[in-house]
Amino acid sequence: MSLKSFHIFFILVSSLFAFGFAAWFLQSYFGSGDFLKLAAATFSGVSGVGLIVYGIRFLKKLQHVRFL
Amino acid sequence: MQIPHTIEHHPETGLYNAKVGIWLFLASEVMLFGALFTSYILLRIGAPTWPHGWEELNIPLATVNTVVLIASSVTMVMSWASLMMKDFKKYKMYMGITVLCGLIFLVIKAFEYGAKFEHHHFPSTNNFFATYFTLTGLHGLHVIGGIIVNAYFWGPGSKMWKTEPQRFINRIEVAGLYWHFVDLVWIFLFPSLYLL
Repeated sequence: MSLKSFHIFFILVSSLFAFGFAAWFLQSYFGSGDFLKLAAATFSGVSGVGLIVYGIRFLKKLQHVRFL
Repeated sequence: MQIPHTIEHHPETGLYNAKVGIWLFLASEVMLFGALFTSYILLRIGAPTWPHGWEELNIPLATVNTVVLIASSVTMVMSWASLMMKDFKKYKMYMGITVLCGLIFLVIKAFEYGAKFEHHHFPSTNNFFATYFTLTGLHGLHVIGGIIVNAYFWGPGSKMWKTEPQRFINRIEVAGLYWHFVDLVWIFLFPSLYLL
């Protein structure tokens, strides 16, 4: 597996965790009403989307590099 | 003595030897961290009470550290891509940022450890802090190792670019694979220790 493949895998896992963090912070916000947690949830969700967008752009940019 | 298959692919593996080597090393690392994660799970399941990570640990600092490490993975891969596009100046910039991100991670971690010690939380305090310090400490040692290797490739090791460019690109790829593994471990450590 090349660095390209591992990077895509890493970005995929990171975005999944980012959505997980968003869910955790959101649940925590509903329990406490702390707006800092709502901000953290928003930040995590946006980061997750940002990572996916970055991953797609990265794949397009390094089309010529092999996956192995 | 000539080291074989540093650039050209080995006929049996289809890869250059350093890549096979790093994946074998990373497989052993998966076993090491896997054993520690398993110990953590078993200790936690077996304990009558276990503190919540978010009550004991500093989540904002750990979140910043997570962002820093993800950013360092992006700059690491950009440094490799820059070399493939034969842009050495950009390589130096991205690799320099990667090293800097690693250092920022360690400084933040040092602040976190300092706060724990101030509150008299040590590995001997309870099983929670024992696993916290073991896992994050071992991960921190891996970050230090990565910083040393990356700093070498940023500085004196980059001379190889002039003599054997493809071999140097392969070295950066191998260093990048290691760095990604270290970052991936943190991505699993953060929710396991801090959020659950």
